[in-house]
This record gives sequence, structure tokens and C-alpha cells, in this order.
Amino acid sequence: MRALLAGDAYGKWFVGLLVAAAALTPVLSLLVPPTSPLHIPASTLSLYGKYLCFALLALSLDLVWGYCGILSLGHGAFFALGGYAMGMYLMRQIGTRGVYAHPELPDFMVFLNWSELPWFWYGFDHAWFAFSMVLVVPGVLAFVFGWFAFRSRVTGVYLSIITQAMTYALMLAFFRNDMGFGGNNGLTDFKDILGFPVQGEGTRAALFSASALALLVGFLVAKGIVASRFGKVLISIRDAESRVRFLGYRVENYKTFVFAVSAVMAGIAGALYVPQVGIINPSEFAPANSIEVVIWAAVGGRGTLVGPAVGAVLVNYAKTTFTTGMLAPYWPFVLGGLFVFVTMFFPKGILGTLQGYSSRLRVTSMPPARANDAVPQPAE
Amino acid sequence: MRITRRYWAIALVIMIVIAAAVPGANIAYADDDDLETAMRLFAANSFSETITAIDHIVSSGAPHATAIIDALGDRRLFVAENDRSVVYRDVDGALRDCRRGEVVTNPPAALTALRINNRVRSAIAAARGALSLFDPDPQRRREAAAAVFAARDPTALPAIESALAREKDSGIADVLKLARAGIVIAKADAPVETRIEAIEVLKDHGGRDALAILGSLSPETVEPVRKAAETAISTIESRLALWSTAQNLWYGISLGSVLLLAAIGLAITFGVMGVINMAHGEMVMLGAYTTFVVQEVIRTSAPGVFDYSLAFAIPLAFLVAGSVGVGIERGVIRLLYGRALETLLATWGISLILQQAVRTIFGPTNREVGTPGFMAGTFHIGELAITWNRLYIVIFAAVIFIGLLLTLRFTSFGLNVRAVTQNRRMAGSMGIATNRIDALTFGLGSGVAGLAGVALSQIDNVSPNLGQSYIIDSFLVVVFGGVGNLWGTLVGALSLGVANKLLEPYAGAVLGKILLLVLIILFIQKRPRGLFALKGRAVEA
Repeated sequence: MRALLAGDAYGKWFVGLLVAAAALTPVLSLLVPPTSPLHIPASTLSLYGKYLCFALLALSLDLVWGYCGILSLGHGAFFALGGYAMGMYLMRQIGTRGVYAHPELPDFMVFLNWSELPWFWYGFDHAWFAFSMVLVVPGVLAFVFGWFAFRSRVTGVYLSIITQAMTYALMLAFFRNDMGFGGNNGLTDFKDILGFPVQGEGTRAALFSASALALLVGFLVAKGIVASRFGKVLISIRDAESRVRFLGYRVENYKTFVFAVSAVMAGIAGALYVPQVGIINPSEFAPANSIEVVIWAAVGGRGTLVGPAVGAVLVNYAKTTFTTGMLAPYWPFVLGGLFVFVTMFFPKGILGTLQGYSSRLRVTSMPPARANDAVPQPAE
Repeated sequence: MRITRRYWAIALVIMIVIAAAVPGANIAYADDDDLETAMRLFAANSFSETITAIDHIVSSGAPHATAIIDALGDRRLFVAENDRSVVYRDVDGALRDCRRGEVVTNPPAALTALRINNRVRSAIAAARGALSLFDPDPQRRREAAAAVFAARDPTALPAIESALAREKDSGIADVLKLARAGIVIAKADAPVETRIEAIEVLKDHGGRDALAILGSLSPETVEPVRKAAETAISTIESRLALWSTAQNLWYGISLGSVLLLAAIGLAITFGVMGVINMAHGEMVMLGAYTTFVVQEVIRTSAPGVFDYSLAFAIPLAFLVAGSVGVGIERGVIRLLYGRALETLLATWGISLILQQAVRTIFGPTNREVGTPGFMAGTFHIGELAITWNRLYIVIFAAVIFIGLLLTLRFTSFGLNVRAVTQNRRMAGSMGIATNRIDALTFGLGSGVAGLAGVALSQIDNVSPNLGQSYIIDSFLVVVFGGVGNLWGTLVGALSLGVANKLLEPYAGAVLGKILLLVLIILFIQKRPRGLFALKGRAVEA
């Protein structure tokens, strides 16, 4: 790990901060008495746990966008799929405590007069199965999607649009009641996770720590990928795809692999997000959500890994502050302004700019603006 | 009896002569047999006899039949105690003779009003309907005939027959024939040939109503009739299936034209500048809100010209959306030149700002945009129902499409646009001010989006989210059709619209849409540059 982080001051800080957060916050939340100023209430824990999940999502997007030039406008879909896998597990844990007290079926299925569990719900009562689905479903979808898209050399804006179409299609599908995922209302009213009550303070602290650890592991994995020889090829693909192809690399394999890894990370983020907010519904698939993730990454600094995580926390903190107060109607102005401002005047983001100041020698971690970034090519 | 008959015949001739001489006067068609019977039945003053009498009055077709039925309903129909003759008091209070409707000069001393109960009242109501079949006003006759066809009351049959015998208007006669057919077909005591003939009439008419009548035939019906009905049903059903396909096709064309309107501006800007304008949907929304504002102004200051509100809205919407578009190009997109993905993000931000601005100014709820009178309503071609506003939108889309096509083909601006689309750098070397072309193109594309907004305000909710609901579909049209070629957009929009509407009956609206999205995603794998891709020697494909 030391070798991995060599020369990356922000990375070291980031890792240290995450380790400290994962270890200290449960202590501050559970052992410190509520009267102490150091005490962290459970609601704050859940809120920041949510931010950490978003940070992992932004990190996963940065892996494909910042290092491979794939602007996915559908990463929210992988996040939501992971969330649904976790939600299905939590639904099955409710058992007979639902409104209809059906031993087998979740409430919404009883409500729809279904007589038996659909086949794709089998196994979700086992944690090991559900948790592996959190990884498998987004990963396989991304692999299949990427396999087709990258082999056909769908790039740039076209790729962005079809990823958006993918999440849009999934949203429409999950809104349907007969899909068997709770339709409009999604999955909610969770009781237990791994035998512990979801609302319990201990559980919340544990979920927070798990989110911090997941972000930590996600960061190290991403860092490992981009620092390796494989990562060098990814960056080359980002900067000059045709040249890399002509040099003999199978560009589509690199892209598909990194896209799938990124989707798995997004899925984990979604799975940790669901028990902390207590609900998953189809609006998580909304294309607007996925675009928002892009701005988190852009604010923090595209192509820096630490930056997008920081950006996600900052933007969402601002969002929470804005939307809970008098200023709620002005949040879209702020968010929209961020999109315009960051892309126009702040293209390197927070981290990129800081790195630019601190070390003008390191250029690999910062994407140069490319003149021919996925413009439909004029016939020359 | 014989003498009275002759007397009536002479009276009839005289009356016809009078009627012919006096334009607009009613022609008397009194069938004295029926009237006589009715008089006799009325005289009994019993409920069931009265009801039978009502039927006779109706089938008599006498000119004063309506007056008699109305009098009965208002208890102004009397039986004279002495000679059991039947008289009624008309609305002016004059006592009239039921046979001829003439004023009685020496009224009988003792009169008994005819009793009525609910059964009689419903018979009266039915009779009034049937009597409208003889109304001098053809419009009312037509309505009555349609009502009788819908009611399929077997007791109306005599009235229909007599009305049919004297109906001159072939259109009304056709409806009457249908009505007769509808009744005869279910009449077990009618001759088989008549009933089969009736089935033929219904089959030729086609339509869902005929199908319902044929389908309601009881299973006990005699073999040949039932057989004929079954073949008629299958004939009508296959014809109807054809019509419903045609209807879906129309819906598809209608949706396609809406998509074309929404996407064509996007296609132009994407083709020329290679940037995806995520705020394009908001240009559509601005156009719709311009229409709303124009209508509000007209409502308060000049309500008389409301029907022409769209004529003001169209140029204004073009200008509003177009100038906002030029502003976006000059202020943001120009500075992000060559960075397509960044442009996508920045324009997304602009779309958020524009949406929220409109939400702040006009409120988050739907705004009411009126439809001018000439665009309201529906017309039918066979079984095809076409609403005027949809038709106008299709025409509007076609006009805009042709207008853009001509602009790009025959104006010097169009020439420049095409040159920049094909090869920006070469166009620049030839002295084309590519910057200016970019701004103008963006203005044009946005202006066209504003026009789309005017059209959409007529069929969709005008809300801040209006643009969002079309933007993804517009993208798909553009990537499906390919950029830099308006024909690609046309083909893309129409095929998506038609495919969507043709899938809907089988898969449902949502699933159809999902299927379509998946199909497009798969299609892009095969042709990553759309249907009509620009061909060139660029390495970066």
C-alpha cells in the first residue's frame, strides 16, 4: 500500500482520514455520552454514511471517465441495481413482520395478489447470495453492455447517450408493478440486516464504518488499477484511442474490464446506501441522478480519484444545507451554476487545481483538455 | 267505415295540395287505420290499452301525433263521456279533435283525462323518440335515427318502417335501414331471408356498433342466420383490425412529427458543431411558455383575436428561444469549443437553471394553454378518428422540415452550414466565418425548438418539466437517424414514433417504450453513427 501511495500526498491523507473515520466515529457515536460535544448522533451518522456511498459512486465514475474517457451517464443504474439487490435481501428479512404478515411474500406482492415468490427473488433471503448479487448484477450488466458498445467502437457523446438510454429504460421497467420490484414505491420498511435492527444505533455506526471501509477499499483498488501498466494503457486510450489500437492493444477489452469494475463499485455503493436511507425506489435510476454524479466528480477533480470522493461529499453537503432551509428553491440554480462554472472555469476541479499548484511536475494524473474529444468527426 | 275512409282520402288529397301550395307546411301522412285503432284503445282508458295506443299513434305518422303524445304526457288528453271520442287540449288551451287535429267547435260537456302511470310514461318517452323520426328538420331526424339505432327497441320497428318509406334523405335512410336491420336481426319471428338481409346491411356498415349487434345475437338463433352472422362478424373484425392498424399508424405519425419537431433543431446543432445541447428541451419549454404568455396578453387585451394567438406565438417563440440559444452559444458553448462532453455538462447546468427560472416565474404547476377554435375537435375517416390539433401539428412539422431543408439547400447560409458540417477547417480556410455560422446555427436550432414548443403546448402540459420529457427521445432520434442530414432525423423520428405506437397494443405503453430503447441501444452497436452517417476519411471513428 505504501508503494501504491508513494508520491500521492492527497491519497495518503485520504486513506488516513477514512481509516480514522471508520474507527473513531462508532466510538464517538456509541461510547461517548450524548451530552458530550464530541458525541455524534445517529442521524448525522446516517447522513454522512450516505455521503460516503455517493463518494464511492463518484470514485467509480472517475475510474472510467477520468482515466478512460468513458463519460457514463448511466452509473446511477449500477448504483440502483446494487441497491435493489440489498433491498431485496432486506425485504426478505422482514419475514412475518410485514403489514400482511405473510411468511413468504413481501407486502407489495401480497397487495398485488401474487401467490408465490417470483424466481428472481429466490435466494435473496440468504445474505451471502444477496451480497454476491450486489456485485454480480451490476458487473454483468456493465460487462455485457460494454462488450457490445466498446466492440462496436461506440464512443464519446454516442456512448453517453446510450448509457443514459439504458438507465432510462431500467427506470421505466422498475416503475412497472408487474416487474416484481415494488413498482413506484420501491422497497422499504426494512427491519433487520444480518440479524441487527436497521434503525439501531449500533447498526448505523457499523454501516457508516462499512461505507468508509468500502470507500477505502474502492480507492485502493482504483488506485491499484490506474497505477499499474494496465492503468497506463487506460490513460493512453483516453488520450489517443486510435493510436493505442494501432499499437496492437485490444482497446475494447481494456474498456470493458474497467467499465465492469467501476459498475461493481457503484453497486456496492448502492447496497450500502439502501440500509442507511431505508428505501430504494425506481427514481434512483433517473437519468438526472446519473448526470449529477458527473458533476460531483468534476467539482472534486476529474482523474484524481480522491477529488471525486471529496466533490461528492461537498456537493451533497451543500445540497442538504440548501434543500432543508429557506433557500430550497434556489438549489437548482446553484447546481446548474456549478455545472456551468466548473466546466468552463474550473475544469481540473478542486483536487486537480491543488495538485497543479503543489506539483507542476506531475502531469499524468491530470487529464489534458482534448480538442477532438468525441466530436463526430468531420470528413477530412 | 268505408265512407269515412273515402272522406279521409279526399281530405288527404286536399291537404297534400295545400301543403304543396304552402311552402314549409307539413305534409300529412295520416294513416287512418292506426289512428282509428288508437282512438278506440284510448277510449278504454286502461294503462295497457293506452300503451298499445301510443304505438299506433307513432306508426300512424300523423302530423299531430307529437301533439297527442305530449298531451297524454301532460294529462291533456281526454275521453268524452257521451260518445267516447278522444280530444286533446293543445298548448294554447284550444280543444282539438284527435283524428284530424282540428279545433272542436262544440266541445263535449263531460271530459275524463286519460290516466297515466310510469309504464305509460316510459312508453311516451319512447314514442317521443320515435316521433322525431318524422320531424321536418333533417338534423333532428338524423339524430333520432341514430338514437333508434342505438336503442334497438323492437317496438320502434313500425315507426322505423313508416319513416323509412317516406325518408327522402339517403343518409338518414341509411341510418334507418341500419336501425331496422339491428332490430330485425334479433327478431325470432322474422323470415330467415329478411334477417340474413339485415345481417348483410350491418356487415356493409361495419363498425363497432354493428359488431356489437351481431355479437349479441342469442345462441339459439336458427342455423343459417347464425352462420351468416358469424361470417359477418369475422369480416367486420378483420376490417376493424385494419382500421385500428391504420389508427395506430396515424398515432405513430403524429408522435413521430412531435419527435421530429423536438429533435430537428438538436440534429442541426449536433451536426454542425458536434455538441449535444442538453438545454434543448428547455428551448422547447420556452416556446410553450411564450405561447402561454401571448395567450394571456390576448385574453386580457384583445379576446377577439384569440383564434389567431398562435400566429403571434409562432414568430415570438422562434425569437425568444432563438435568442436564448444564441446567448448560450456566445456565452458558454463557444468557450468550450472542441470539448463535446464538457459542453454536454455545461448545457445540462443551463437546463437546470432555465427550468428553475421558469418554475420561479410561472410556478411549478401546469399552465393552461388554450386551443384555437379551428384546431379543436375530431373528424372521422371511416373508423379513423383524427383530432384536428394533431393533424395541424403533423402539417406544421412537415412545413418546418421542408422550410429547413430548403434553407439548408438553397440559401448561402445553408451552404455555409453544410460546408462547416462537412469540414470545419476547410470551410474556415475558404473564408467562411465558422464562428458566426456556429452562433446562427445554434440560434436556428433553438428557434426551431421554440416552434416545437408552440406545437407541444397544444397537446401536452405546459410545465417546467415539459422539455425533460422530450429530451431523451430527441437524443435517440438524433443518434438513430445520424447527424448532419435532415432526412436522417425525419426517418429516425417517424420510425421511432410509428414503432412506438405499433408496439404499444402488444406490449403496453411502458414495455413498448423499453423495448424500443433496447432496440435502439442494439442498433447503435451495429451502426455507431446512425442511419445516415456522414462518410469520410477521419481516422477517429
